[in-house]
Amino acid sequence: MSGVGQQENTPPFLEVGATNPMPQVVRSRWRPQPNASWITRIVFVLVLAFLSFLFLYPFEWLFAAAFKTRQDVLDNSFLPHQWSWNFTGPNLPQPAKQYLFNVFPVAHWMWNSLWISFLGAALVTISSAMVAFAFAYFRFPLRGVLFAILLGTMMLPGEVTMIPVYLLWNHVGNWTQANLHYRIGTGTQWPLFLPNLFGSAFYIFLQRQFFLGIPRDYFEAARIDGDGYWSMFWRIALPLAKPALIVTFIFEVQAKWFDLITPLIYLRDISTFTVPLGLKLLVDKFNLAGGSIPQYQLIVAGTLLLVLPMILLFAIFQRYFIQGISTQGRKG
Amino acid sequence: MRARRWLSGFREKEARTAYLFIFPWIFGFLVLTLGPMVFSAYYSFTNYGVQQIAHIAPTKTVGFDNYKQLYHDPYIGIALKNTFEYGLMMVPARIIFALLLALMLMRIGDRLGGIFRTIFYIPHITPPVAIGVLVLTLFNGPFGVVDKGLKLIHINGPYWLTQPQWIKPTIAIMDVWACGGTMVILLAALYGVPRHLYEAAAMDGASKVRQFFNVTLPMISPALFFCFIILTLAALNQFTVAYTAFFNSGNDTTTNSAALFYAIYLFRQAFRFFNMGFASAMAWLLFAISMTITAINIFATKRFVFYQGEQKR
Repeated sequence: MSGVGQQENTPPFLEVGATNPMPQVVRSRWRPQPNASWITRIVFVLVLAFLSFLFLYPFEWLFAAAFKTRQDVLDNSFLPHQWSWNFTGPNLPQPAKQYLFNVFPVAHWMWNSLWISFLGAALVTISSAMVAFAFAYFRFPLRGVLFAILLGTMMLPGEVTMIPVYLLWNHVGNWTQANLHYRIGTGTQWPLFLPNLFGSAFYIFLQRQFFLGIPRDYFEAARIDGDGYWSMFWRIALPLAKPALIVTFIFEVQAKWFDLITPLIYLRDISTFTVPLGLKLLVDKFNLAGGSIPQYQLIVAGTLLLVLPMILLFAIFQRYFIQGISTQGRKG
Repeated sequence: MRARRWLSGFREKEARTAYLFIFPWIFGFLVLTLGPMVFSAYYSFTNYGVQQIAHIAPTKTVGFDNYKQLYHDPYIGIALKNTFEYGLMMVPARIIFALLLALMLMRIGDRLGGIFRTIFYIPHITPPVAIGVLVLTLFNGPFGVVDKGLKLIHINGPYWLTQPQWIKPTIAIMDVWACGGTMVILLAALYGVPRHLYEAAAMDGASKVRQFFNVTLPMISPALFFCFIILTLAALNQFTVAYTAFFNSGNDTTTNSAALFYAIYLFRQAFRFFNMGFASAMAWLLFAISMTITAINIFATKRFVFYQGEQKR
């Protein structure tokens, strides 16, 4: 009944009739005002071009600075005067040149962030989709109340639940260590992704709106054909909701990749750190206030490794980023 | 009779399946939200701290002491003042700048507009820790790129990181830089304004300025309102950028009181000094402040925010 293989057996008529309830921002409903004179437009383009230079400059600086020497790193030259590879090299003590991958287990950090982001995003996408589908399609007692509660939880600042959740993970950690001889709790990476198994209010809301846009007839037809509820969800709803699922997935990858405070609370061992937390450690150790000789080129090189994957993700899923974010404004 | 019929709703197959589907969320809500809320409220009335976690000393209820302490702790006032000042700078600056960008993007045609939209969106995908590093490097007094750029137009830039009055504007400037998300939301709202409204307004002889204030602004007010609430909450929760740039996670004796935001102070009380009881009280104060501000927003803007098809809802 379930299984990935069946997804390909989706009846073809559904794909033909599939609608796309995601608002298309790209296609404007009206052209720029015809009476907007060409002078105005040229002035606007010039202003925007100047501003985009300012907006992109920090990235250009970051790319260049990551390849500058320790002396030049804060410089404003577009390209390094003297190219310097700051990432890998021989491991020698302080007066000699330092390399990013020698001072800290940066490769570990990258891998940790990568798998935690993707696993967490996959979990939250599927679990939120199940809940969203139920809220969109099923009629059941207390549906309105539960949905109102769900929306209410979005208003709750994370600080309120942060402390008890930490204490809970502490208990779970001690218990699993004593009984299973394997720790799942504080000090491990489990608290970073396991909560994603239970869905997330914002994504549930987003996907429910999407599921509501799928004509109910599809499900009625499937029911007449003898489909169960699960196969309706798995074979009809999920494939049709692909845009919403992708938006959820990339938003959560981004959220996990951005997150500093959760790793800061739960992780202790340096090799288990994620990139943001690792970068924070780099900043603490190598900036001016760090106590030792400042090594800004290492900090900047690490920052490049934090920024680059997000730029890649954006380059691949640009459309979904912008569609997803413009849906948010339509809550009203 | 009605009650019995309502109860029998739970026995239907559809309802049972539905509850199976939403079970993950219900479980998560009970264990990770509702339960912790109850415990957080309880801890805020106790002396729960590092000794209680280690089971050395018993947990004692202390009545409203933690809440009284909120009033007496000098850093709470500093943190609140910093957070409000920052919010008052960041939220209007970001919304106004994003709106100006969106209005210009609208008018230059789809192809160029699309390219520029992508460019202005890119800073929004910069991780906050990276923004913290950019604060440290670009704004590094006369060594930083910003002051060197200002020198080109004969302005002597300040010491952004060491002069206390410039710390919050620096972070706010980086927030304006990352305004792409706000801009895209406003752009979508602008595209949603029906064209015939402008035609009608022009027919009645309304100037461009008049059209903006009497057609555009009312029509996009729900999106503006949404951005306002979201950004206000984000400002109240400012943590990562300031923490990355101005605090040392290893050395706890440093307190940069110009960059001490409320969320940072809360985090340090909870997870550096392990004053869990006091930190819980702080969290509830933050909750009360967020709720009050949101309620004021909703109440004050009720007259100005115009929802299309409002009657239906």
